[in-house]
Amino acid sequence: MTDATAIETRELAKRYKETIALAGLTMTVPRGEVFGFLGPNGAGKTTAVKLLLGLARPTGGQGVVLGAPLGDLASRRRIGYLPELFRYQSWLRAREVLAAHCELAGVPSDRWAGQISSVLELVGLTDRAGDRVGSFSKGMQQRLGIAVALLGDPEVVFLDEPTSALDPVGRADVRALIHHLRERAVTVFLNSHLLGEVERVCDRVAIVDRGRVIVEGRIDELLGSRSVRIRVTEFDGKAEASLGRFGPLTIEGDWLTIRPVEAERVPDIVATIVAGGGRVHAVEPGRATLEDRFLALLQIEEALEAAKP
Amino acid sequence: MKTIVRLTLMEAVRRRILWAFLGLTVVIALLTAWGFSVLIDSAQRHGVNDAQIEVGVSQILILLAFMFSFVLAMSAAFLGAPSISSEVESGVLLAVLARPLRRSELILGRWLGLAIIVVGYTAVAGLFELGVTKLVTDYLPPQPVPAVAYLAGQAIVLLTISVLLSTRLPGIAAGAICVVLFGLSWMAGVMGGIAAALNLPEVASLANGARYLLPLDGLWKGTVFSLEPPSIALLGQLVGGRGGQAVSANPFFATSGPAPAYLLYVALWVAAVLGLAIFSFRRREI
Repeated sequence: MTDATAIETRELAKRYKETIALAGLTMTVPRGEVFGFLGPNGAGKTTAVKLLLGLARPTGGQGVVLGAPLGDLASRRRIGYLPELFRYQSWLRAREVLAAHCELAGVPSDRWAGQISSVLELVGLTDRAGDRVGSFSKGMQQRLGIAVALLGDPEVVFLDEPTSALDPVGRADVRALIHHLRERAVTVFLNSHLLGEVERVCDRVAIVDRGRVIVEGRIDELLGSRSVRIRVTEFDGKAEASLGRFGPLTIEGDWLTIRPVEAERVPDIVATIVAGGGRVHAVEPGRATLEDRFLALLQIEEALEAAKP
Repeated sequence: MKTIVRLTLMEAVRRRILWAFLGLTVVIALLTAWGFSVLIDSAQRHGVNDAQIEVGVSQILILLAFMFSFVLAMSAAFLGAPSISSEVESGVLLAVLARPLRRSELILGRWLGLAIIVVGYTAVAGLFELGVTKLVTDYLPPQPVPAVAYLAGQAIVLLTISVLLSTRLPGIAAGAICVVLFGLSWMAGVMGGIAAALNLPEVASLANGARYLLPLDGLWKGTVFSLEPPSIALLGQLVGGRGGQAVSANPFFATSGPAPAYLLYVALWVAAVLGLAIFSFRRREI
């Protein structure tokens, strides 16, 4: 573990009697990155977060967060957390919830007002600061939860399904917020099964299934090569051969597909077709989505599991 | 820890628990004042002397204290029973315990906040009731403050055991167990007294064991002793021996207050059960 590492685990495991919630989690999250932790329901994502925060005790392995062992009291001052299933005291006003958490997080009292205004602004709850939490919709409670997680200028923020209760506007707000955190070099550990969200905001991801990381890496590496599909008419075979220099070509009816291809060469490909007399009707740059990769990896895992004696 | 204490007090005010308690107290005090005035008028018209009236008033006061101790015990149990478990179930504690807060601080903070509510309410309601009684009947028990303190002590005992149960059990289960324990402890007190009066040492030691397991009975006797006029205690001492024990077997009479060693035992019991609650909650996974 170096100073550049925010979170590191080695064979971290959790067993509840006969049930294995986490079979041996090994991963490294560099500081300042947005790390997506993906997996199907019941894969062990929330268990992993609870172990990292010291809310549950591991039954095996070890882990370090911000250079301290899991559950270390002092390092919790530098950690923010949005739980997946949570509620705040319905009889408190939003501002009072935030003040209580400022106090619990050890924020000096002269900074409370500034911190509270700042996080309320970030999550768009400034107008509702004086309202009781009991009157909040689920989406507003989620926003309040995110605000609580951001108090005290944390170095690592754990967000467990932060967009699950939010409408599309709310989701876009959360994405903007995560970008904002990245700009401030805050490490974000994003637990989610909303792959589209993860693909748009994360630098790195780990895919977990049955309590184990089955793949970990940068988003670009995981998604693999780009392609382009072009619908062309009045284009002869000789001209088609001239496209070979851009990459491997396949033809199906009017559709030409080049894979892999460098994205910045697509205009050159179109220019070549037009110069060869072809008429271009459609250009579709493409790439495997995280969802494609995720489903493919899970299928492989299931096949491997089924093949076990 | 003070954040947790403050939040606990705030919750009692915001959820109108305190106001409900205080409103009920005023209603009960007014009703008893009316009852006492009717009783005294009637007694005086029938030529009952002042000493007899004093004994009658003190006995009604003890009965009221019994009812009050029951209400207090139940209130303490039902405040303490969901104090930890409901916040675990609702997820409130997930964000709280991810902060630099020890689990022991959470338990002690919740207990202290609830203890302040229970003791504060007992003091206000108990002294108000005694004040109203004094105003209407001119009877003031010999030791009004210790009487209220012993009542508060019972509530603290019930509160502490309910907080311990709350670290592991859902609120309803913990509350129900506390009600049963309260009843058993009270019965054990009566059984112990009867066994002593009838010279049944095996039954007496069994009942005494139960009395110490949940030390409510001795505190209740302290309340009774503090509320009754000195003539009653004197009567018990005069009768002496088996007869004195027979007087003591009645849960509404007492010939002496609790010994300092017993009060020390109660304080140690509370500390030990709180320690157990912290130990239990430290091992609980959220």
